[in-house]
Amino acid sequence: MSTAAPALRAPAGPVPERPTARVRPYSLTGGRGRCGHVLLMETFVAALADADEGRGDPGAVAAAPGGALASWLLPEVRAVLGLCRRLRSVAEVSALLRMPLGVVRVLLGDLADQGRIRVYGTGHLTGRPDRALLERVLSGLRRL
Amino acid sequence: MDYADSDATAPRDPGPGPGWQTDLSRAPAATKIVIAGGFGVGKTTFVGSVSEITPLRTEAVMTTAGEEVDDHTAVPAKATTTVAMDFGRITLDTDLVLYLFGTPGQQRFWFMWDDVVRGAIGAVVLVDTRRLADCFPALDYFESCRLPYVVAVNHFEGTARHSPEAVREALSLEPDVPVITMDARHRITVVETLLTLVGRALETTPGAVSRAVHRAAPSAAPEPSRGGRCDGSS
Ligand SMILES: Nc1nc2c(ncn2[C@@H]2O[C@H](COP(=O)(O)OP(=O)(O)O)[C@@H](O)[C@H]2O)c(=O)[nH]1
Ligand SMILES: [Mg+2]
Repeated sequence: MSTAAPALRAPAGPVPERPTARVRPYSLTGGRGRCGHVLLMETFVAALADADEGRGDPGAVAAAPGGALASWLLPEVRAVLGLCRRLRSVAEVSALLRMPLGVVRVLLGDLADQGRIRVYGTGHLTGRPDRALLERVLSGLRRL
Repeated sequence: MDYADSDATAPRDPGPGPGWQTDLSRAPAATKIVIAGGFGVGKTTFVGSVSEITPLRTEAVMTTAGEEVDDHTAVPAKATTTVAMDFGRITLDTDLVLYLFGTPGQQRFWFMWDDVVRGAIGAVVLVDTRRLADCFPALDYFESCRLPYVVAVNHFEGTARHSPEAVREALSLEPDVPVITMDARHRITVVETLLTLVGRALETTPGAVSRAVHRAAPSAAPEPSRGGRCDGSS
């Protein structure tokens, strides 16, 4: 312990207000796709069984809302569907496929619109977690 | 831990993973905690100490697209920047998964904070007392959106040790914001830090009977203690 240590200084003044106009990434949709799927970073998704790696029914895709036939052919789409044979969070899909978060959100939103992936609710949506969830997290951490 | 060494060439699957990954009939509840702080303060180390997977990295592309940016960053119009965020995962129960997101501390990455903070339990603000000012943007941000947070001093050996009280004073923290001294490399102290944060979040969540609820009640006016330290320039 050294009271003479020089590193600690109080802020020189008030920290600037948060700016009202902030930078938005081009593809950040607020976590919500066209059909209202909420895609937070921790939201779980999984491929639906008959949507396996692009071998489903192409007609169903062309007819789906927001379904672009071109996306059917994208290797990225096949990669997403392959990875999502297990439950994955949106962030995990982005990291494991090395695709920017915004791009992954758009792809997942489209695939959900087309009925090729399932988007699972986080249970709390965008609000603050409630006390019951916090208590469960607390006891979970205590068991670690 | 450096994620770059662990998945340098190909995207890597985190392995067999916990049982919930293969039961597609339902998903666990997913929740998250934000780990914030300046470059090199130990965010990725913190996440790696407690995560069940090697920390993964996700990226977001930021572009100004002609929009006005905050005036601290003079980013030219249409410039794009990639912002990286490391994260880890802890399965707390068969139906409960906690994500830890380590976010970069610079003000110009606020858009990413908006994203990661949505629905979060709260934030751990990591502090290196040699570079105290690096955490100011994070403190300011979490206060402005009223996200519960704790300050965790990641002590690097060989550097001066400051008491939590000295850190609290230097950062003009409210008396009820917990300040912890810890080591991001040591799992036990990382878990303790997370426990402190979740406890703090409980204190500030409606339904609590403790006095903390009243102290944390939203108030439009500037908090007296911060104003007290900074009134010269406000
Ligand atoms: N001595 C010491 N080194 C640490 C500690 N925490 C992190 N480091 C080291 O500091 C460097 C930066 O840490 P990192 O987690 O990558 O910081 P980040 O930029 O905030 O993610 C790494 O070389 C870590 O090994 C600590 O508590 N003590
Ligand atoms: Mg890092």
